[in-house]
Amino acid sequence: MSAPETSCAPRGAGDFCLSCLLTSGLLVVAVVASFAYLQIDFGALFSREAAVGMGEFVASFFPPASAPPFLAKTALGALQTFAVAAVGTLLAALLGVLCALPAAGRAGGALRQVARFALNVLRSVPELVWATLMVLAAGLGPFAGTLALALHTTGVLGRLFAEAIENAPPAAETALREAGSGSAPAFLYGTLPLVWPQFIAYGLYRLEMNIRMAAVLGFVGAGGLGQMLYFHLSIFQQAEAATVLIAMLLLVLVVDAISHQLRGQLAN
Amino acid sequence: MSTVAALPGSAARDPEARRRLGAALLALVVLWPLLQLAEFRPAVLFEAGNLRVMGGFLASFMPPAHAPEFLGLLLTATLETLAIATAGIALALFIAAPLAICATRALSVSRIGPGPGRWRGQALRGAVRGLLTILRAVPEIVWALMFVRVLGLGPAAGVLALAITYGGMLGKVYTEILESTDTRPARTLLEAGSGRLAALAYGLIPNAAQELTSYTVYRWECAVRASVIMGFVGAGGLGQLMDQSMKMLNGGEASTILLVFLLLVLLADAISAALRRALA
Repeated sequence: MSAPETSCAPRGAGDFCLSCLLTSGLLVVAVVASFAYLQIDFGALFSREAAVGMGEFVASFFPPASAPPFLAKTALGALQTFAVAAVGTLLAALLGVLCALPAAGRAGGALRQVARFALNVLRSVPELVWATLMVLAAGLGPFAGTLALALHTTGVLGRLFAEAIENAPPAAETALREAGSGSAPAFLYGTLPLVWPQFIAYGLYRLEMNIRMAAVLGFVGAGGLGQMLYFHLSIFQQAEAATVLIAMLLLVLVVDAISHQLRGQLAN
Repeated sequence: MSTVAALPGSAARDPEARRRLGAALLALVVLWPLLQLAEFRPAVLFEAGNLRVMGGFLASFMPPAHAPEFLGLLLTATLETLAIATAGIALALFIAAPLAICATRALSVSRIGPGPGRWRGQALRGAVRGLLTILRAVPEIVWALMFVRVLGLGPAAGVLALAITYGGMLGKVYTEILESTDTRPARTLLEAGSGRLAALAYGLIPNAAQELTSYTVYRWECAVRASVIMGFVGAGGLGQLMDQSMKMLNGGEASTILLVFLLLVLLADAISAALRRALA
């Protein structure tokens, strides 16, 4: 949008660049067409009444609800969100390792293709879509969210784990095999110690992302803080919603700080 | 850990076994309350009622719905999703570009010499960075949920939500890109007395343009995915259609929409790769 004109600059400001002009022209047309297609009434959006309405809506969030029973409920919701993310990530890590072995070609070429395809499918369906499906399969509640996170994250972690296994130097495992060890011990004592730190790092990174996701999955009925936020917003209790929003932010900040610390320690 | 490999003689015994067993037991003790909180009950999946609902729903996935009027509806929703992503990114640019220019240290005149405005400049940059953090701290779907309450169902909520979150993300990354390129040309220009915008346009952008463009295009790709997701809280497009089909347990429609979604993601990947090549 602003970049196309400038992207020609390294060629020399005076040089004529037809494809740059055409591309930037197309981009401008695409943006204008998008606004035209959506027909958003920006006049009404930024009008006086809209500003007053928006101001009233924002003001209704303050002060956040602070009754002790509600605070306790919110804390429980935050713990539940954390539990959903943690159990989901752990399940995904276990399933991911199981899928990574065939996906890394440990069980023949045909199984490698099958496993890779399965992991791709798991990964390309977003968590929220999995959650709507899992709510049907397991009923409303945090278990559906756990399963949804686990399914999507299995796709992500399985692929990362498979790549880690494929890229590990084979010397240790080969040495064990040549000394007569079976294939399972050779993998467990030869390759696993090499890739283990990487597995942990990927797992922590996904845990961090999954906590943000778990807070949101509640919107489709998968428990935790998201479900509380959705519930209180739909019955116009903005003060309670504000407390839940603050809890979400705090949860994300705390987990980020802890995970940052942990990764610093792991790196040393 | 791997000292075991050096002991082929001792009958396959792991000297770390006891410690590992202990760690596993400890992990289980920690895990137990988490499993309780997450209501982890795999048996639920195999209850007759749930199996029937899910089985019926999955069975109706085939064949995917292909009635002409539904396909027409699907096409409008897909176009709407693309339009939300594009309009959202365009608005995000309007938020991100000025904030990034304010927050970039390389464009600060007061940093060059011990001038009177030094603290003021630093405070302004700190404030803008804080604002960018706040903008991107709340996920776009939460913004969308709240905008739907104010603006009603429809794409306007999605566009604004994207503009806010992605404005924060783009602003932060633009600042980082501008500061990590060679900042000497800009500094020379500033020292020679040029204005900040001129220093930006002739000192920083020529070096950073490619990276800036390519990141913006990548974000557009993410925005396509995000705008589908935001539909689930009523922000229009493909997501809203998918939410409706799933709530009505219409498997045929759900499977068609899922297929279109996967194709759309692939298409966005391809478009973004082509754009990055064209603009490089």
